[in-house]
Amino acid sequence: MELMSNLADGFAVALTWQNLALALMGCFLGTIMGALPGLGPSNGVAILIPLAFTLGLGATPSLILLTSVYYGAMYGGRISSILLNIPGDEPAMMTCLDGYPMAQQGRAGEALALSGIASFVGAFFATWGLVLLAPQLVKVALLFGPAEYFALFALAFATLGGISSTNQAKSAFAAALGLGLAMIGVDTQTGVPRFTFGEVHLYDGIDFLVAIVGLFALSEVFIFLEHRGTDRDISTKPKMEIGRIVPSWGLIRSCIPTMGRTTVLGFVAGVLPGAGASLGSFISYSMEKRLVDRDGTFGKGDPRGVAAPEAGNNAAAGGALVPMLALGVPGSGTTAVLLAVLLSLNITPGPLLFTQNPDVVWGLIAALFIGNFMLLAMNIPMVGLFTRVLLVPPRILMPIVAMISFVGIYGISGSSFDLMVMVGFGIMGWILRKLDVPLVPVILGTLLGNEMEVNFRRAVNISDGDYSVLISSPLTIMLWTIAAIGFVLPILVGGLVRRRMRMARDAESGVRD
Amino acid sequence: MSDRIFGGIGLILALIFAWQASIIQESFLTDAVGPKTFPYLIAIVMGLASLYFLLKPDPEPDWPRAGRLAEIGFAALVMFAYAQALPELGFLIATAIVAGYLTWRLGSRPVESLIIGVGTSVGIYVIFRLLLGLSLARGPFGL
Repeated sequence: MELMSNLADGFAVALTWQNLALALMGCFLGTIMGALPGLGPSNGVAILIPLAFTLGLGATPSLILLTSVYYGAMYGGRISSILLNIPGDEPAMMTCLDGYPMAQQGRAGEALALSGIASFVGAFFATWGLVLLAPQLVKVALLFGPAEYFALFALAFATLGGISSTNQAKSAFAAALGLGLAMIGVDTQTGVPRFTFGEVHLYDGIDFLVAIVGLFALSEVFIFLEHRGTDRDISTKPKMEIGRIVPSWGLIRSCIPTMGRTTVLGFVAGVLPGAGASLGSFISYSMEKRLVDRDGTFGKGDPRGVAAPEAGNNAAAGGALVPMLALGVPGSGTTAVLLAVLLSLNITPGPLLFTQNPDVVWGLIAALFIGNFMLLAMNIPMVGLFTRVLLVPPRILMPIVAMISFVGIYGISGSSFDLMVMVGFGIMGWILRKLDVPLVPVILGTLLGNEMEVNFRRAVNISDGDYSVLISSPLTIMLWTIAAIGFVLPILVGGLVRRRMRMARDAESGVRD
Repeated sequence: MSDRIFGGIGLILALIFAWQASIIQESFLTDAVGPKTFPYLIAIVMGLASLYFLLKPDPEPDWPRAGRLAEIGFAALVMFAYAQALPELGFLIATAIVAGYLTWRLGSRPVESLIIGVGTSVGIYVIFRLLLGLSLARGPFGL
């Protein structure tokens, strides 16, 4: 019953006019950002962090705003999948398979509404999962000492590439790069400057917000510059009729079992390290196809094929919040960005968050529940509004994105130097993306680098310079084993999973890009 | 080939990183681990990963043609210039120029670009400065 009283306290925090307004704004902006190809949840949240920060919002309101954006983007991604056959963000990829054929049959409105309901079911029950699971995980996490934390961080990096990672060496390189960037600045324990090259601006270290906005938002602008005028330009796509928006009750009912199964599956995929929303929607779709596709209608506009990935990816988005809040170790790109929010607000996520800042945690969870209902309301009757946003061509949108990024970063520090570092990160992000080096480990490295080193040094210092302490307790051995498996497994089976994912796309959605 | 070059650069980067770590001035008040050990670990991981790219490169990514590459480089230069000019020109003017440039390069017609540039700048100014009260760079006219 403690849970219920905590939750009630959370609602008391969330139900102020300011927080409700922020949740509404976040849901709205998030849906737009999710819907626009090229602005995914990570980009969207990344651009808004500096703004929330400079607006002087407190911890809970900022978090409410930004997690609403996160949930909203997960809802919004499906809109362009269905209407344009271009996923608005990566997790919405699988929604293209049946969503676009449905739209071609003139059932776009139904597909949008159904996927909105599926998103709601997934996100709503995943939030319940978060409520139930996170406090349990906190109990485990309280047993963790510095050596365990060091192992846990290593685990996060080892599994971040995910099961479908193309090249683990590139994930490792990205992580090392991020960690290396985090080392820049004055050493927190002995006070000596490291890697500053005598440049005073670097003594504070590189602000991870600068790195995040540069890597995510600006590199996207460069990608658009690169692809202008080619067939990846969405302004060349034909317009789609929406049709009726309200799906029949029969249609919804036929999808209920599908939504139930994929919600559970997606949630589990979200909680596990190295999976995240993209994989959540992929395995949800594959499982449903295997289970219920008796007439071979999947891929030809089967409503269940729309409901499955959407429930799956939204459930995974909720699940991914569990390790982020309870352990302070994010499992996906967007939760890494949300971690940046917490860190820039001087809140250390992890088990202590639940005891020291219960108002933040439970206020956030309550806001997620509220946000979900807002999103459902927004995404069914008002979906027409969002489809109109898709008509804004990237040539207008991308400069706005770039300029808002500059405004946000300049607002924090007021320094030209930071802006130049950000542009540098933008270029670096573009090159790394061209070389297929994942950006998320870079971000996570800059975010967690110092924390990881502190735990490493603390563990060894406590044992008086004995490095074996890092692998002495059963818990550390277990964590290191999982990390090793998580790192090696994609090398062994990754090719298979990747081929499946590619085959599913090629075979069923026809030619894209 | 790209991956081999990348591996080479990565390896050099790892070596520089290790060298820079080795010249960190340790203070007399240091802990059992010291400020160098963790950076050394990072350099090792980075070096090993780079060696892997050198030996087993991925297939070549499709790089854009030289013209597009110059396009991206030039856009980056414009953004660097923006960072420098922001305190001098103020937010409104600098932003209008850069937003106009970017939308022009992304395919707007010249006159259109001018309007979009100014519109973006004024729009952001109204929302973030007038409505939300964010401090933006001030220019010659106090704007």
